[in-house]
Amino acid sequence: MSLIHIAWRNFCHRALSSFLTTFSLALGVGLVVLVLSIYGVISEAFTRNASVGYNLVVGPKGSPLQLTLNSVFYLSQPIENLPYTEYMEFLPKDERASMVSRFGGDPKLAERDGKYAPYIAGGFAIPLALGDYFGEFRVVGTTPEFFTKLKHGPNVDEDFTFSQGRAFSNFSPENSYFEAVLGARVAKEMNVAVGEKFYPTHGDPSGQGHEQGFTIVGILDPTGTPNDRAAFVNLEGFYLMDGHAKPIERDPEEDVLDEAVDAEASNEEPPVTESESDSPTAAAPESTQNNGIRLVQTEASVSDSDPVTNEDPGSDKEHRPLSIPEREVTSILIRNGNIMFAPGMQNAINEGIRAQAAAPIGEINKLMNLIVGPLLTALLAITGITCAVAAVGILVSIYNSMNDRRRDIAIMRALGARRTTVTSIIIFESFQVALIGTIAGWLLAHTAIVLYSGKIEDQTGVQVGFFTTSNYEILVLPLVLGLALIAALLPAWAAYRTDVGSNLSA
Amino acid sequence: MTALVNIKDLKKSFTQPEGGKLLVLDISEFQIAKGEQVAMIGQSGGGKTTLLHLIAGLLSPDQGSIQIDGIETNGLSEEGRDRFRAETIGYVFQTFNLLPAFTAIENVRLGMAFGSGKHQHARAGDLLTRVGLKDRFNYRPGQLSVGQQQRVAIARSLAGRPKLLLADEPTANVDPSSADSVLELIRDTCREEDVSLLTVTHDMQIAARFDRIEKLDEINQVDHTTAAS
Repeated sequence: MSLIHIAWRNFCHRALSSFLTTFSLALGVGLVVLVLSIYGVISEAFTRNASVGYNLVVGPKGSPLQLTLNSVFYLSQPIENLPYTEYMEFLPKDERASMVSRFGGDPKLAERDGKYAPYIAGGFAIPLALGDYFGEFRVVGTTPEFFTKLKHGPNVDEDFTFSQGRAFSNFSPENSYFEAVLGARVAKEMNVAVGEKFYPTHGDPSGQGHEQGFTIVGILDPTGTPNDRAAFVNLEGFYLMDGHAKPIERDPEEDVLDEAVDAEASNEEPPVTESESDSPTAAAPESTQNNGIRLVQTEASVSDSDPVTNEDPGSDKEHRPLSIPEREVTSILIRNGNIMFAPGMQNAINEGIRAQAAAPIGEINKLMNLIVGPLLTALLAITGITCAVAAVGILVSIYNSMNDRRRDIAIMRALGARRTTVTSIIIFESFQVALIGTIAGWLLAHTAIVLYSGKIEDQTGVQVGFFTTSNYEILVLPLVLGLALIAALLPAWAAYRTDVGSNLSA
Repeated sequence: MTALVNIKDLKKSFTQPEGGKLLVLDISEFQIAKGEQVAMIGQSGGGKTTLLHLIAGLLSPDQGSIQIDGIETNGLSEEGRDRFRAETIGYVFQTFNLLPAFTAIENVRLGMAFGSGKHQHARAGDLLTRVGLKDRFNYRPGQLSVGQQQRVAIARSLAGRPKLLLADEPTANVDPSSADSVLELIRDTCREEDVSLLTVTHDMQIAARFDRIEKLDEINQVDHTTAAS
């Protein structure tokens, strides 16, 4: 008969006490495993979210973390907006000229490259406009480039794919400027499909609904990124909704800022790139005065290559794209074609007057280290204490049983058991509680995780299964066994010191 | 006849709660031959159980020599005495001392769990069958009668193939009608296994059945009529 068998018999003999001790340990271990799993899920979710396909987010001056939260995670409130001209600072002269031509604006804008355009160097700048909601989900105004230029996935090499439909276009004859693409979770939770229309609400999820609806033309496959939780609408349509046009009575302070930005641009010596020398010079469009601002006569400058202006003007006369001064962006997603230019660009932007540039990965890591990390550490500490309390439970349970068992120990000693043998039996008993408690706790935690796996995947995009474990879980068993050993020391010592003669005669 | 147990000049005293030492045993010479069955009688508190504990190596003498099968047990380390006890000595207690967590057959197996020899699981079944408990292998002590429990205890004491069986008032807790059969069972089994037997009892009728009767009062030089027990 092995010592483990003897220990097991003792465990079974005190069934209720053993069960309660093991159960309390299982709950403690379950909590630890749950917290570790949640930590793993959050870490993976953050890692996935950091794989956004762009390296900088540009927004108004303020908290870079808030900028990251609202532009990457679509959480928190946008800080403020930037003038559209700030976005144009990332574009080369020809694109700026095209915009001035299409939308109307200060012809001077078309006369030079954007201040930061040379830094882009083959990358991209994609504008975002936030502020509206579809149910509880953010409505994100952006351009079709969002779906063609951004990548996602662990290696940031996966294109957006559609479970239904297609990406929206700048303008379509059937839906005008009002097309939308929904993230996978939005479509699922709002129970909508391609072809249906939705009406964003203004300001917050329970805000006033806009009269202008958007036709859903595509639903994205799940990406495991915050994009699953966003309703993307055509930026042009976003601008055309009630209250989204910036009043063009200019604040003198804004003029001063604009002049300062222009002055900065003319004094700046950005890195020389091939595109700079090759960029075609757009003809300055014809302009006129409007409320003190020169606006281009858009209808006079129709271009064949311009999807916006290719429309039949008569088909949607009440919807004309806003002029540049009426436009704002909440943030701009930047990917530098040459990553070496990113720090210089970030510095240049941050030294400017209006905008700031934040590196989302850095901000996400800061968020992890400053908030999520300590919070999870605190949770781990609490659950660790729970385990320690459970270990004390083992100690109390075994130690209390020692009074009843001194006679049993004396009998075993009389049958030839050594002091170390009876000590080992006590330690094995403690290990059995620890082992069963750990396995039961692990099973409890992973069953709970599996039960909520659907919700976790919906919320974070992270798939979890029964055997999805975090790296730290492997440490739980040795730690609990260590605690069990410590808990067994006192009763084991009592067993070691049990006097045979007096206890046999008792 | 060769002596299996050879005791010389054995003294054992205990420290009293109020200080000082109380001499309990002072035996100049005592022997048990191989295969011999000896009954030791004496008054309560006369040191009978202490003598058994000393022979079993559960207590160390203050002085003197205890040789069992030629081995001076007093010279062994505590661990050595434990091993020696597991392999050489069987013990039947007055109160049976079965472990309640274990079944009858597991209790018998415990009797050979701590020795260095191979575990002979079949032997546990044989012994239980020989003591008439063939159909009670998996009963726990609480499910057995007092007499059945004592039979399990006898089987356990012989499980490790001891050379010497020490029985401490083995019939004290069984009813008189069972006492005879329990005693005969011990004696018969010891005879079959060629095991020497030392039984301590205060019952003269029980002692009368043995080959040899020793009166502890006669071999113990401590006068228990004047010493507190």
